[in-house]
Amino acid sequence: MASATSANAASAAMHLVDYADPGAIKQVPTRNGFGEGLIEAGRRDEHVIAICADLSESTRMEGFKKAFPTRYLEIGVAEQMLVAMAAGLAATGKVPFIASYAMFNPGRSWEQVRTTMALNQTNVKIAGAHAGVSVGPDGATHQAVEDVAIMRVIPKMTVVVPCDSVQTKRATLAVAAQWGPAYLRFARAESAVVTTEETPFELGVAQTFREGGDVAIVACGILVYNALIAADELAKDGIECRVVNNHTIKPMDEPAIVAAARDCGAVVTVEEHQVQGGMGSRVAEILAAQHPAPIEFIGVHDRFGQSGTPAELTEEYGMGVASIRAAVLRALGRKRARNGR
Amino acid sequence: MDSLSPEALRDLELHANDVRVGIIRSLLAAGSGHAGGSLDMADIFTALYFHLMRHDPTNPELPDRDRLLLSCGHIAPVRYAAMACAGYFPVEELLTLRHFGTRLQGHPERVSLPGLETTSGPLGEGLAQGTGMALGAKMDGSDWRVYVVTSDGEHQCGLHWEAMMTAGKFKLDNLTCIVDRNVIQIDGSTEDVMPLEPFADKYRAFNWEVFECDGHDIAAFVDAVEKAKQVKGKPQVVIAHTVMGKGVSFMEGDYLWHGKPPKKDEAEQALRELSEARELIGAGR
Ligand SMILES: Cc1ncc(C[n+]2csc(CCOP(=O)(O)OP(=O)(O)O)c2C)c(N)n1
Ligand SMILES: [Mg+2]
Repeated sequence: MASATSANAASAAMHLVDYADPGAIKQVPTRNGFGEGLIEAGRRDEHVIAICADLSESTRMEGFKKAFPTRYLEIGVAEQMLVAMAAGLAATGKVPFIASYAMFNPGRSWEQVRTTMALNQTNVKIAGAHAGVSVGPDGATHQAVEDVAIMRVIPKMTVVVPCDSVQTKRATLAVAAQWGPAYLRFARAESAVVTTEETPFELGVAQTFREGGDVAIVACGILVYNALIAADELAKDGIECRVVNNHTIKPMDEPAIVAAARDCGAVVTVEEHQVQGGMGSRVAEILAAQHPAPIEFIGVHDRFGQSGTPAELTEEYGMGVASIRAAVLRALGRKRARNGR
Repeated sequence: MDSLSPEALRDLELHANDVRVGIIRSLLAAGSGHAGGSLDMADIFTALYFHLMRHDPTNPELPDRDRLLLSCGHIAPVRYAAMACAGYFPVEELLTLRHFGTRLQGHPERVSLPGLETTSGPLGEGLAQGTGMALGAKMDGSDWRVYVVTSDGEHQCGLHWEAMMTAGKFKLDNLTCIVDRNVIQIDGSTEDVMPLEPFADKYRAFNWEVFECDGHDIAAFVDAVEKAKQVKGKPQVVIAHTVMGKGVSFMEGDYLWHGKPPKKDEAEQALRELSEARELIGAGR
């Protein structure tokens, strides 16, 4: 049953799942979408190859390995090698996808990424698995919450953080088809699937998942679902939020961000990442230059992660639905104060 | 060096059995974590904490303590269990492993639990830090030693080789690297994923003194480390040949146990097997 608030025109146009109905929501890790997308990309283009650093199951590369054994390479626990070797393979016309945990690639391999992939302009695609605190019990050493920051500061890099497994599949196909270095980020934990096969997807084009004029919630990754739920709850109190799925962090859809700030007058950014340097920081950079507006930042605030369940950690780091609602109210208050109301 | 008396050896084997029990109980309580490598290093951690190292569980910051670094942090459960059995903290705290708010983080964090020396989990970084500590001890004229426990899989990391080269250059004879040579990593055999053999020769080529032993023969391991300590002018490596999951029949030698905890019935069987093994040790075999 679609609720009156969620079944608005925007979510219909986006062909979203009826996310307000818990029974309609499937829980699938975003990495599964990568696994499926990679096999499909391999079918579409024989130049696509896959290289893994001893994590073929958890990064979901094993499906590609089975489907195309001669186009799969295993290089062991050697993430710097992973990047630099892929750059070499790309120079021979291959389209290498390279996978490890985001903490190690691009975490450990950052300078190789910058030099051999970006400055050198090679067609290598990084698949960063297990990003965010939702990694859970493994703890801080394995929870990449800085990866978007270190990738988005590299010129020529495409950075994508899809919102669910279906979109991760689409994003995998999109970066495979588009020439150039790219970073695709996904998570370990199961998360709500809100998009469908009919949902459009284009790199660099942000998506309005919900319409509203009071505050714009600009979110990416698996927290888009929390943003949608928070928006629905706020609607019951008469506060209508626009929810933007800002999946492409670089190059960011600047007109969409400016429009959101202009139409709503206040913004809340939501990401499973340090607020310093992440997606929200890019939103702030854009708005500071083009359309200053009050912004509240949901994400990790200058702390490391820790062991816990994904749900416990989402709460601990203030990224749950209640925290998003509170941030919207703060943003709204600042907007009203600014407007002299 | 005095070799182990039969009584001392029996005591160590009993401690190792306790450590394995601690590993199984903590991993069951955690519901995630790495059983295979933890179990296979139980004998070695026991030998280090209960016989070889200079340390004081009541004073983890003892200035002259030997430094034990766990480079392959995913086998934290064996270190936590050995520390608990040695008296660093109550054994029951092992049941908080990997839970929200615990000092026993999924991968070891130095600032969280006294006595850890480093934070680890990202592979290949232990020997480099151990090299720094060993150099620092030399600079200060201190006589404590540095032990770095590494996995075989992490020998694929470039940084580890940079550390090997550096320790060789500085002739760090106060540094002993211990390798968990179980020939297993996540995706299968190390020799399939990225071959490491000839393994010992690689260390020799980097100017290290090499010792090899059965990693489940505590007396042989103690003997190897005692000999390593006598080496002058070179860092030493003890390549301990181990069996992943050692001590639990259905885990032994199976790479699928790299990153799994036992389920309830599996843990019960493991504890039964360990209790049977304990009786054999008690009976003097
Ligand atoms: C730099 C880095 N890359 C990847 C990982 C993920 N990872 C954890 S353990 C492991 C390898 C397992 O092999 P080994 O180290 O020999 O441990 P064992 O399975 O024998 O316990 C990998 C790739 C990591 N922890 N650090
Ligand atoms: Mg191993």
